[in-house]
Amino acid sequence: MINVTIDNKQIQVPEGTTILKAARMAGIHIPTLCYFELAGMKFENKPGGCRVCVVEVVKDFNGRPRRNLAPACATDCVEGMEVLTHSARVINARRTVVELILSDHPTDCLTCAKSGNCELQSLAQYLGIRDIPFKGEQSHYRQDMSPSIVRDMDKCIMCRRCENMCNNVQTVGALSAINRGFSAVVAPAFEQDLVDSPCVMCGQCVQVCPVGALTEVDDTRNVMAAINNPKKTVIVNTAPATRVALGEEFGMPAGTIVTGQMAAALRRLGFDYVFDTDFTADLTIMEEGTELLGRIKKFMAGDKSVRLPILTSCCPGWVNFFEHNFPDMLDVPSTAKSPMQMFGAVAKNYWADKMGIKREDLVVVSIMPCLAKKYESKRKEFYKDGNPDIDYVLTTRELARLIKQFNLDLKDMPSEDYDDPLGESTGAAVIFGATGGVIEAATRTAYEVFTGKPLPKIDFTELRGMEGIRDAWVDFDGTPIHIGIAHGLSNARTLLQRVREGKEQFHAIEVMACPGGCVGGAGQPYHHGNSEIIKKRTEAIYREDLGKPIRKSHENPSIKKIYEEYFGEPCGHKSHELLHTHYFDKSEHVEISE
Amino acid sequence: MAKVKSLAELKAMREKLQSNLDLREKSNDPDSLVQIKVAMATCGIAAGAKQVMEHMMEKADELKIGVVFTQTGCMGYCHAEPTIEVKCPGKDPIVFGHVDNNRADEILTKYVMNNEMVDGVIPVNYETI
Amino acid sequence: MHVLVCGGTGCQASASAQIIKNFEDILAAKGLQDEVQVVRTGCFGFCEKGPIVKIMPDNTFYTQVKPEDVEKIVNEHIIKGRKVTDLLYMDPENKEHVADSKHMGFYRKQLRIALRNCGFINPENIDECISRGGYEALGKVLSEMTPQQVVDEITKSGLRGRGGAGFPTGVKWGLCAKNKCDEMYVICNADEGDPGAFMDRSIMEGDPHSIVEAMAICGYAIGATHGLVYIRAEYPLAIHRLQVAIAQAREYGLLGKDILGSGFDFDIELRYGAGAFVCGEETALIHSMEGKRGEPTLKPPFPAVSGYMAKPSNVNNVETFANVPIIITKGADWFASIGSEKSKGTKVFALAGQINNVGLIEVPMGTTLRDIIYEIGGGIKGGRKFKAVQTGGPSGGCLTEKHLDTPIDYESLAAAGSMMGSGGMVVMDDTSCMVAIAKFYLEFTCEESCGKCSPCRIGNKRMLEILTKITEGRGTMDDLQELRNLAAVIKDTALCGLGQTSPNPVLSTLDNFWDEYVEHVVDKKCRAGVCKKLMRYEIDKEKCIGCGACKKNCPAEAISKTDYIAPGHKLPSMTIDPSKCIKCGACISTCKFSAISVK
Repeated sequence: MINVTIDNKQIQVPEGTTILKAARMAGIHIPTLCYFELAGMKFENKPGGCRVCVVEVVKDFNGRPRRNLAPACATDCVEGMEVLTHSARVINARRTVVELILSDHPTDCLTCAKSGNCELQSLAQYLGIRDIPFKGEQSHYRQDMSPSIVRDMDKCIMCRRCENMCNNVQTVGALSAINRGFSAVVAPAFEQDLVDSPCVMCGQCVQVCPVGALTEVDDTRNVMAAINNPKKTVIVNTAPATRVALGEEFGMPAGTIVTGQMAAALRRLGFDYVFDTDFTADLTIMEEGTELLGRIKKFMAGDKSVRLPILTSCCPGWVNFFEHNFPDMLDVPSTAKSPMQMFGAVAKNYWADKMGIKREDLVVVSIMPCLAKKYESKRKEFYKDGNPDIDYVLTTRELARLIKQFNLDLKDMPSEDYDDPLGESTGAAVIFGATGGVIEAATRTAYEVFTGKPLPKIDFTELRGMEGIRDAWVDFDGTPIHIGIAHGLSNARTLLQRVREGKEQFHAIEVMACPGGCVGGAGQPYHHGNSEIIKKRTEAIYREDLGKPIRKSHENPSIKKIYEEYFGEPCGHKSHELLHTHYFDKSEHVEISE
Repeated sequence: MAKVKSLAELKAMREKLQSNLDLREKSNDPDSLVQIKVAMATCGIAAGAKQVMEHMMEKADELKIGVVFTQTGCMGYCHAEPTIEVKCPGKDPIVFGHVDNNRADEILTKYVMNNEMVDGVIPVNYETI
Repeated sequence: MHVLVCGGTGCQASASAQIIKNFEDILAAKGLQDEVQVVRTGCFGFCEKGPIVKIMPDNTFYTQVKPEDVEKIVNEHIIKGRKVTDLLYMDPENKEHVADSKHMGFYRKQLRIALRNCGFINPENIDECISRGGYEALGKVLSEMTPQQVVDEITKSGLRGRGGAGFPTGVKWGLCAKNKCDEMYVICNADEGDPGAFMDRSIMEGDPHSIVEAMAICGYAIGATHGLVYIRAEYPLAIHRLQVAIAQAREYGLLGKDILGSGFDFDIELRYGAGAFVCGEETALIHSMEGKRGEPTLKPPFPAVSGYMAKPSNVNNVETFANVPIIITKGADWFASIGSEKSKGTKVFALAGQINNVGLIEVPMGTTLRDIIYEIGGGIKGGRKFKAVQTGGPSGGCLTEKHLDTPIDYESLAAAGSMMGSGGMVVMDDTSCMVAIAKFYLEFTCEESCGKCSPCRIGNKRMLEILTKITEGRGTMDDLQELRNLAAVIKDTALCGLGQTSPNPVLSTLDNFWDEYVEHVVDKKCRAGVCKKLMRYEIDKEKCIGCGACKKNCPAEAISKTDYIAPGHKLPSMTIDPSKCIKCGACISTCKFSAISVK
């Protein structure tokens, strides 16, 4: 432990503690801008670039004052150090630095997507800036819009969080700083469009952007236009992770479950039917679980052509990632569509036929915690005669905005049920929202199907947790099954690389692109680096699972019914037509419809 | 080229190579060395100054005396060509006339090495050039 | 007889290669090729008067030699022994020709340690280097000294980093040596970037072996076996000479395995930079070598702890390394006896600007600016008045008349508001506008900022915009206040050395030339006549005969007739409306009566 004095407060901190962290321990607030930490998820961004957190070191290691100001986020405390975090010199420097940043930042806060969530805005407020004394040239860049992400680099403040996220946490490598001096900006290589880059649209860059430089594509107007159109039947489905996060936008504590209130609000927005993606999550388990068991059985029977492990394919960011980075392994992932795309296929075929609604008059909207889902809905193979299975994808944040526009408050909503039949779901479907959940849900069903016996215990806690890469052996009544789990794409890359090199054997691997899984998705309310929020959402997911009367997908009555009525059997002919897909080699280029 | 295997070998090599640069080394710091200027105008050359200079250079090498040879223009003592001016460190320059190979050897061995006067000194009222 | 021809980049650009060829051809034609040795050397430093040809043994120093002069030199000097007077250097004061460089003002006060072999040996011939004692220092440390003794010797010598910051070299080595590790690196920072500074290039071109040797010595001292030279790709000749030197050293076993039978292994690789100024900052340099974006990161960790590939690395500048072998051979005490109290040895400067003798010079630390400018530099060009001297490049400041007796060392320059920097020295006379000078350096910094930290990325841009306003006559006194505040904040908050020192040219000119700023702002006047937008064209109404030629030629219709008829003239005189005038100068060139002038 070493002794430091911050703002005349003496404290003891472990060696290697930065001034920023020491100050926080002492309850002293030092404003930051570029600094970002996702504790426990191995993500710390401290380029020391913004210089907002500078402090005055009045006594340094040598007993003398430090010549210049020190960035608190990146300067370690040393024994006997004395620091002033808010001296006149510091405040003047901090204020001038923020004024400089503002002098190269558009002042269109009124219409900015980040207004109210913008860290620069809060900082200007905190420092009481009422005027920007520096008038001069402002940076201008071409706006770039992918199906998921809008890049407005005029607003970029070079915090480098997105770059760090994209390269180190996700190892996608789509974004990096280019140019120098005043022209320096974060962009794809050669300033190409994001769609032409290796971007997988996971959107984690958006989740961490402090300002409005990276935001989601806003589809709320399109959705409202569809609802306003009397000719259209507009239905909606909600992903598992949205129900444990939406409440945050209405001031509820993280981890509040708002499933029923969300359904009620959606009805009040004017959706004709409110369904649940959880229903097709159960359907996914039936298809993917059957596919997994089929492969395992064939493999055990000595068929060497079978590729194991099976990889989950629910996460569109992950699908993109392996199409870009593992084109030699395209036959390894499950061919099962994601729950959202299964929902679209079921709604626009089975359900539309049943209801007598023409495909073109049916608009399917998804509420997702995810930005890659926006892109997924636009993949060519999910279109039929120019009409997509999923018309629009709204993020949790966009839904919150819509609800607020309707003068509704989630807190005042009654709890309502989903509509039948595409609204009934099990606890297995809910846990799709957290890392390890998909594979746990699959295991619950696969175990019973494989062994023909009921599960001795439903909760596979060995598959849960926040470790980036996890693995566990599950005993299928005498047959050991090796399961791998990764969340965050760098972990996925590491794990898959081990498989590719034959260093490790698995029967099944679950991957989710976002840290924590869908609960930490890029379409969720901004967590501003508070990883506790992600943990609270995860806990809520498992609470919701526990509270469900049915917790195994194959026991969902509506699922049983749909197989009886329509699909026949899992992985049968009809399901191959509607519920399965195939993958493309994107190592060279990206193909996008439109 | 074989590799140099020790500091001693490197030093030996330096010894061997040094003569190549001697000329430059010496002329870089001429005041510490014997300087001999040879008048090499038309009259001097005609009288054999060039040949004498070459001879002296060889002889100086042979005697291991550090000498810087310089060619200069006419010293004005055309009657006494070839003429050379010899300046030993810390002494005034002396001009010798009618220098042939023998006298050159004498100048080096006697005057330069042992500070003995030899014949042929041009009267004292010379001016250095 | 030896003919030394400068083969530095500057002289090569003035056809020194052709001069060498002509010498060889003509000497061969006359059968003198065995008697006369033609040597291509490194830079002599007197670049103002290049190409330089030096004839040994009589130490004749020919300046501004053209390829066609060679025949004359051979015929007159080499064959007949007559100096070619018109090619000799002419003393600007007494107009006398000087044959021996030792008697030239430019060389008289110099002391060449780092440049000891430049202009003396053929840099592409390791034998010439060895015969000057090259690699003996390496031999000495390997056979007679422990690594710690080497570190101690360098520490004792008082050698400090010549790249600009002046960190004690021995201490730096010692810090790195403490972090023993199986993989360590010696890095030579050859990313010379200050505008006008070219000492590192000259050393590498003129004496590449000194760098190779010094890096190996450093490797032995800190325990590293890998050497890396980060050199800008714009230095093709330096790269070539280093490559040749490294290859020759390997051939002689002075690099590679088991050097001089000591069991010590060391080898050197070159890495090329793309000419980004910021890559001279050691952390940025390391990132660039790793293939990453060349931008600095915070220290600590220092490269001595985590440098190239996160391994302990020692980074020194070229000139620093060039001093190392001679310190080892002549001893720390000898080195420490040269220079001033806290700054030992010599420093190489690139002398440029409005000065008679432009070139590369090396002087003992503690030499005064006056000596450099007036003795070595030969005074101000055209006998004009000295106004300022800029040292330290874009990180340094402008010093004035009152600083002329400042002895040059790290501390005195810093105390005077400038810095040593890598050794650029630009002399200015009264035709230089100090606001424009500050603006020039800031333009450079803005161009070269990596953009990582906001004060440097945006702050310098804003300072530049304010300076532009001032030079265009739109500045206010508030702007001057803002300029001071911005400069102070950038100095206080920028991430790396580039940003922290970038306001120096502005601050030092604000301090030393405040009146000139105020003149620009209040009187809208540029006394040096540099700021175009502040020039005013005026017609002398007494001289103007009212012919109207200027009016006809004015493209901006800024000229009109007045009511005044000067005595002796018949027509009313003309006048210029400054708000319309675009300062094109068309009126001046048409006026036959010299009635128009620029104020």
